[in-house]
Amino acid sequence: MSDAAHALEHPTATGIDSKKVAIWTLIGSECLLFASLISTYLVYKGKSLVGPLPHAESQCMLHGKMQACEPIFEIPLVTFGTAVLLFSSFFIVLALYGAQKGNRKMLVGWLSMTVLCGLFFIGMQVYEFNHFYHKGLGYSTNLFGSTFYTLTGFHGSHVTVGVIWLSTLLYRAVKGKIPPAKSINLEIAALYWHFVDVVWIVIFPVVYLMR
Amino acid sequence: MVTSTGTLRRLARFAPAVCLLVLLGCAENYPQTTLAPRGDFARLVDDLFRTTVWWAVLVFVLVEGVLLFAIFKFKGRPDDPEPRQTHGSTVLEVAWTIIPAFILAAIAVPTVKTIFKTSDYATGDVVQIEVIGHQWWWEFRYPDLGVVTANEMHVPVGKTVNLRMTTFDVLHSFWVPQFAGKRDVFPGRYNPLWFKAEVTGTFSGTCAEFCGTQHARMMFKVISESQEEFDAWVSRQRVGSPLVNGGRIAPADSAAPADTTRPAPPAAPDSLERAGIALFNSTGCIGCHSMVGTPTAGILKMTGPNLTHVGSRSTIVAGFLANTPENLAKWLSNPDSVKQGTLMKLPRKLTDAEVAALVAYLRSHQ
Amino acid sequence: MATSVLDKAPAAHATAPTGIWSWITTVDHKRIGILYGATAFLFFLIGGLEALFMRIQLMKPDNDFVSPEMFNALFTMHGTTMIFLGVMPLSAMFFNYFIPLQIGARDVAFPRLNAFSYWVFLLGGLFINFSWLLNAAPNAGWFGYANLTSNQYSPGLNTDFWVLGLQILGVASMAAAINFFVTIVNLRAPGMRMLRMPMFTWMSFITQILLLLAFPVITIALVFLMMDRHFGTHFFLPEGGGDPVLWQHLFWIFGHPEVYILILPAFGIVSEVLPVFSRKPLFGYTAMVFSGAFIAFLGFGVWSHHMFATGMGPFADSFFALSTMLIAVPTGVKIFNWIGTLWGGSLQMKTPLYFAVGMVAMFIIGGLSGVMHSSPPADLQQTDSYFVVAHFHYVLFGGSIFGLTAGAYYWFPKMFGRMLNETIGKWHFWLMFIGFNVTFFPMHFLGLNGMPRRVYTYPEGLNFEFWNQVQTWGSILLGVSMLVFIYNMWKAARGPANAPADPWRGATLEWLIPSPPQEFNFGTVPPVGSSTPAWDLRRANGGPLQEPAPESGEGIHMPRPSYWPVVTAFGVLGVIGSILFTHAFPQWYLITITGAAILIYGIYRWAFEPAF
Repeated sequence: MSDAAHALEHPTATGIDSKKVAIWTLIGSECLLFASLISTYLVYKGKSLVGPLPHAESQCMLHGKMQACEPIFEIPLVTFGTAVLLFSSFFIVLALYGAQKGNRKMLVGWLSMTVLCGLFFIGMQVYEFNHFYHKGLGYSTNLFGSTFYTLTGFHGSHVTVGVIWLSTLLYRAVKGKIPPAKSINLEIAALYWHFVDVVWIVIFPVVYLMR
Repeated sequence: MVTSTGTLRRLARFAPAVCLLVLLGCAENYPQTTLAPRGDFARLVDDLFRTTVWWAVLVFVLVEGVLLFAIFKFKGRPDDPEPRQTHGSTVLEVAWTIIPAFILAAIAVPTVKTIFKTSDYATGDVVQIEVIGHQWWWEFRYPDLGVVTANEMHVPVGKTVNLRMTTFDVLHSFWVPQFAGKRDVFPGRYNPLWFKAEVTGTFSGTCAEFCGTQHARMMFKVISESQEEFDAWVSRQRVGSPLVNGGRIAPADSAAPADTTRPAPPAAPDSLERAGIALFNSTGCIGCHSMVGTPTAGILKMTGPNLTHVGSRSTIVAGFLANTPENLAKWLSNPDSVKQGTLMKLPRKLTDAEVAALVAYLRSHQ
Repeated sequence: MATSVLDKAPAAHATAPTGIWSWITTVDHKRIGILYGATAFLFFLIGGLEALFMRIQLMKPDNDFVSPEMFNALFTMHGTTMIFLGVMPLSAMFFNYFIPLQIGARDVAFPRLNAFSYWVFLLGGLFINFSWLLNAAPNAGWFGYANLTSNQYSPGLNTDFWVLGLQILGVASMAAAINFFVTIVNLRAPGMRMLRMPMFTWMSFITQILLLLAFPVITIALVFLMMDRHFGTHFFLPEGGGDPVLWQHLFWIFGHPEVYILILPAFGIVSEVLPVFSRKPLFGYTAMVFSGAFIAFLGFGVWSHHMFATGMGPFADSFFALSTMLIAVPTGVKIFNWIGTLWGGSLQMKTPLYFAVGMVAMFIIGGLSGVMHSSPPADLQQTDSYFVVAHFHYVLFGGSIFGLTAGAYYWFPKMFGRMLNETIGKWHFWLMFIGFNVTFFPMHFLGLNGMPRRVYTYPEGLNFEFWNQVQTWGSILLGVSMLVFIYNMWKAARGPANAPADPWRGATLEWLIPSPPQEFNFGTVPPVGSSTPAWDLRRANGGPLQEPAPESGEGIHMPRPSYWPVVTAFGVLGVIGSILFTHAFPQWYLITITGAAILIYGIYRWAFEPAF
């Protein structure tokens, strides 16, 4: 990360820091990753041979017999998690503002909030997975389970990487190692974090709301 | 390049013509050729292909010709003065964008027309055949005629056959080049294909989608014959077919009088055939094959081919060996040495006498 | 981080150290390029040997030179090796060595990430080839169609080696693609606007975009397949409601752009070689840039032309037929502009030009057969037959390999400071050209006459033996041509360092610096006012430029060597490779955890280590 200060001394051809271009490139590439996952989820929507299913169905094969199927989703909880993740995007903007202004208190405070939001989201997902599992939806139970866990699991692992990344930056911020000149390091993490949020904004309606 | 320029140039000019001659002229020598269509589907495709070939030859000769010309014409020396520095030409760019686009349109129009002609099932008075791919053999069922056979498809000449195709294991692709293009088969799904044989004869087909160890030996024959011969074949094959009376030979089947003929005269109690039946039932053959007169006679979904009329087929082992007693004996003594990796497994090594009994038994089922 | 302008900070690593450790820890794009080249060439030879074994097996009907299983492994590994371990990394050699030189940069944007890409590539290549030693080489075809790849039909580790190996190689490709993309966007010398970039850099740039957009799709497809094989899911298995056709879509959404990933760098090389040896600028520079971009764009809308025989219905067939035909237009524009470049030039008949013209001539044939099977009904007779085998070898061998070989002869003096022998080079060309055509042209006949691809043998009655025998002799000739090439390189390596900075009157920046370049590439970057800056300088000088003198490198500081990229690469191998053991022992995840620990530790040490 010490390259950052160094890089700032040199103008690049575009005037944009190389790390920033790199993170945008990564984001562009990741779009295709999630597009593949979301497309597969949609292609296999309604193709599960057995339950449990995401939404209420009058008839489905469950535990070896045809019966009415309860919806497995708990929309209120996930909506709350979505809101928390959205707020974290707002918080990291404030943290970055603090970093750029050299306001360490602001930086540390809002960055902590962001990390907490991320942790809450991961916690929510762990709870949700565990809950689904106890309702009989294993990873290989049906196509819904496989596509759902893979899609949200991939997203969740991205959130986890983001939390680890931001925690590292938080630690450095506390130690005073993110002066305004190095705020670019937070900026690229923030770009990644926003992307992860935006992906969830797509996943949430497609997976949880769309019938 | 310096010495042989003239020869090369001349050769290059003739290359496409020579290639075409080799291709089109000698196609008859290849039993599995796409270039000598003997069915309407293949003919549609062939017409389209020939259109594209002639366009391609024209473009090939022109472009390669200009390229070669440029190389010989503009050969320079290290100490030559710098040539005129041209950077491009908008007129040329537009021209060589538009002209190929027109050529492609000339190919695209008949292409789309042919696509719509060849994509779906045929309608009208057709013979329905179900094609089922297996590792590594083909099953053909005639649901309306009550026939179940393997690796040999009989079709009446001049009549469209409608193929409804699937697989019981992995992907395969059904291909009889002289009758039709290939089409892949998928588990749990049916794909359409049709063709009308224009002449009688025996035609080669093969699996064209890689399907595992013995993909190469998953061949079959299509036998095109007159309507009378075809009808006769059908009435013979119906006897003991899993699709007719559950594989039982029942005289009561009034809808099909031919069923009353017995497939083979009853074997003498001490004959080889009798020993063969006993072996067939006791050594595990019936675990994979349906066969008239055995407990599996009426079962359709088996791992191996239906053997009820195996003696009437011209080849065994998915079109690989001629159906002779010697080949059958070779196959039965050690299937894996004939077709390594085959799913046909013997429960134990058979003695020569046992093989002989089985051969006699199987060949008696014409 | 290396940049395109002079750095005034104190000097550090201006002189290149030697020894194995210096190669393991190197972050110099030129050394990494050579590592890529050497490794990829070895894999390329292995892939060639695999092809030769297949040709010997097919020399006569019902041959038993190799077993069916072995043959299936040979063609699977031949395809996988040539694509992922041969042509792609050979292109990467040129990306590494020449993109920074052509744009006037000191190094790539992220030198340690670059080293990481190489080490992951090497480990991935070794991993997938290690399967030979366990007699478990992948054997389900290089596009691994489901459901043949399921546990039921492909028990054993064969397909696992393939899935996980490709996943590892994907990591390397992605890291490299981000790196080169940023390098080209950000490290161009002052004055080098996008539309002044050398054509090789342009085509490489487009290739990186294709890599970035295509590889995530195969990553996901491979994840699904891995889950099907190891964790009980049914993504591609009909018994659980899954659809094998989904694999084909995902694979070819990656697979078709992949074809352009393989060919565009060769297009770029040919677009460098033809102007230099015609002594006039590339004809229609802008048209060449935009046709390349257009090919790449259309490349994402044609994938289903690999699936015409699957019965997609007339509307899908028509759409993909038309989009495929459309690609022929920008491809034609490229070919016509190459001919336009030669036209009116003063052609210097050197080996690079031979190979470049050979590439154009052969690619035309591959392109025309491509147009033939863009027509779905015609393709029903051609797909999965030897006609298609002929087609893609004309494109990938006649196109990519001829183009890359042109690049090898063109840039060898720059990389190693030694000239390759011209006479041997022309022998190499003619042997390869004849061997190539004798091997692959008759495949058109065989395919149209009904020989399916991927058959380990064929029966006598189908009359396939004559052309098969001819092809086998052709392939032996090809093998000989490779020996001639190796001899040429060996001879050059033993010879004197005789290459001047600019042996060919080159047009681009790399020819302005000594051969081989010093570690820091450019002491000062010359002004760039066009796409042919070296020619501009020659003209301004009124004649040949002086041989550039070695510079002291005083005041230039270069990135520090680092072994964390290697460590991190082993972490990647551990995490992905561990999946191989899920069926073998229950504690397999301990390997994953160890790999992840190494990976995370490596990343942290890498991130907090000073780069300079």
